[in-house]
Amino acid sequence: MKEPADDHAPPAGIPVRRFEPVARPPAPSAVSNALVFGWRAVLKFRHVPEQLFDLVMTPIMFTLLFTFVFGGALAGSPREYLQFFLPGILVQTVTFNAVYSGMNLSTDLGKGLFDRFRSLPIWPLAPFAGLMIGDVLRHLIAATIILVIGLILGYRPEAGILGVLAAFALLVTIGFGFGWVFIVLGLLIRTPTTVMTLGFSFLFPLVFASNIMVDPATMPDWLRAFVEANPVSLMTTAVRGLMGGGMSLGQIALALLAPVALTALLAPVTLRLYRRQ
Amino acid sequence: MNGHAPGGAMPMAGAETLPLAVSAFGLVKCFGDVRAVDGVDLDVQRGAIFAILGPNGAGKTTLIRMLATLTVPDAGRASVMGHNLIAAPHKVRAAIAMTGQFASLDEDLTGRENLLLLARLWGFRGSKAKARADDLLEAFDLSEAAHKQVNAYSGGMRRRLDIAASLIVTPGLLFLDEPTTGLDPVARQGVWRMIRDLAGAGVTILLTTQYLDEADQLADRIAVIDHGRKIAEGTSRELKAATGSGTLHVALTDAARLGTAARLLEARLGGKVQSSAEGARLSIRAATPEQANEALASLLAEGIELADFAMGSPSLDEVFFALTGASSATDEGTSG
Repeated sequence: MKEPADDHAPPAGIPVRRFEPVARPPAPSAVSNALVFGWRAVLKFRHVPEQLFDLVMTPIMFTLLFTFVFGGALAGSPREYLQFFLPGILVQTVTFNAVYSGMNLSTDLGKGLFDRFRSLPIWPLAPFAGLMIGDVLRHLIAATIILVIGLILGYRPEAGILGVLAAFALLVTIGFGFGWVFIVLGLLIRTPTTVMTLGFSFLFPLVFASNIMVDPATMPDWLRAFVEANPVSLMTTAVRGLMGGGMSLGQIALALLAPVALTALLAPVTLRLYRRQ
Repeated sequence: MNGHAPGGAMPMAGAETLPLAVSAFGLVKCFGDVRAVDGVDLDVQRGAIFAILGPNGAGKTTLIRMLATLTVPDAGRASVMGHNLIAAPHKVRAAIAMTGQFASLDEDLTGRENLLLLARLWGFRGSKAKARADDLLEAFDLSEAAHKQVNAYSGGMRRRLDIAASLIVTPGLLFLDEPTTGLDPVARQGVWRMIRDLAGAGVTILLTTQYLDEADQLADRIAVIDHGRKIAEGTSRELKAATGSGTLHVALTDAARLGTAARLLEARLGGKVQSSAEGARLSIRAATPEQANEALASLLAEGIELADFAMGSPSLDEVFFALTGASSATDEGTSG
């Protein structure tokens, strides 16, 4: 009864296989590794297009709500308000988007998929580079959708196409910088919803106590001081300048401060956390 | 980095004494106060199927995660496929593959895309990557499901895809963490056959299992782990022999006399009876057939009728309970 099954008589339906050893091809470069992970992100858009819906619904609602409900009271007319508000809502969109990549990472880590990646002889940061490529695509798609809606509602970028392209480049950089915060959260926290909650409780004060929705001129002094130093305000000012004309290099340098600092600080932390597990 | 080095399954011509697949000494891993792995030594010969057998929470998974470079040991040293685990994890990774306990697949992608992704990460390009993915799908009976998303796969299909994903490049050493947990008997047989075929192709296999029959049927050598320590190691035959030279199995016609029979057997043979109520069966260690005969005679003298009796090697279950029973604190006052 306990004897092993007869090796010479395989059960029906289970064919006998012969495995031919397959040798390893020449090792791919780090860039090639990263691009493969980028390809994975693109496949995800194809298989899970719903994720884009989550990403653009909030900013679309914000745009419509603020423009038509508050716009007249805040800036005289909805159209004038949109002119002020749209660059800001683009900044809000990319910062909120960054939270989702942290959630995705946390989901992946919970499933053991990263164990496979970590046991492969590849560039250790490649999965994160791939995540970033996916993020950049997400930022571009979401920002384009918001811009198109803005154009339909009557927004006019006075700096023209070049200004818009430069603004998008800055937006991607901003999203990239904030991305590290949520990648670190994603590595530390195994519950995707907790990553989201923490992410938004970090972002809400930054986004609302900024100059995205209103000019801080009417705010009390202490709040105005915070709003003016808030990196989100600095970014919004620069994006406004790029799209509406009248930007200065100083503004752009200030806007880049936070993304550069976050990258310099958190990229090594990410690598350490990833290796430690 | 030399990209042309083979995965390690094929010994190089002229190499006479290859290092062991795994040679570990004093591995320790703690999680807080818990010593999940508490000083384990392990030698695994190349080409062998080696099973780490133990109950849930014994430290099996932590042990192989350390050997697969996924967890850094707190103490101890090891070389895997001839490379130092701590100093050269990248070289270890190039020679091993790991299939974890939970399917490490991207659920949103199709089966074929999962394999393509890994083939490209290993360095296969364009049509070669596609050919590799299709070969593996074919070999693991997944061609029909190739274009379905993995979240629509059954448990057995996932397991097969997961193992296929570990074989993009034939590894010298394949870690399988509980390869058949949660599978139905047919799927289980299929995985066993794949494991044997892989071993036949020269791949060293280190698997963990909590199923005794799995270790018994597959493994050339078995290490029994409990509470983070190795409590026994050997071939299935050696482990059985170490527990006692043989076991007497009897089945009574009258289950009511089970207690009396157990007492008589224990008095005669000086061991502890294991009983199973269904079928009124008893098993006890017997050093020699003569002693077993005497014990049977004493049952008959007492008027206890036997439906069946047999003298055999202890099953691995009995070995396991004997070993883990001895290591846990439940001393029944018996000796073997």
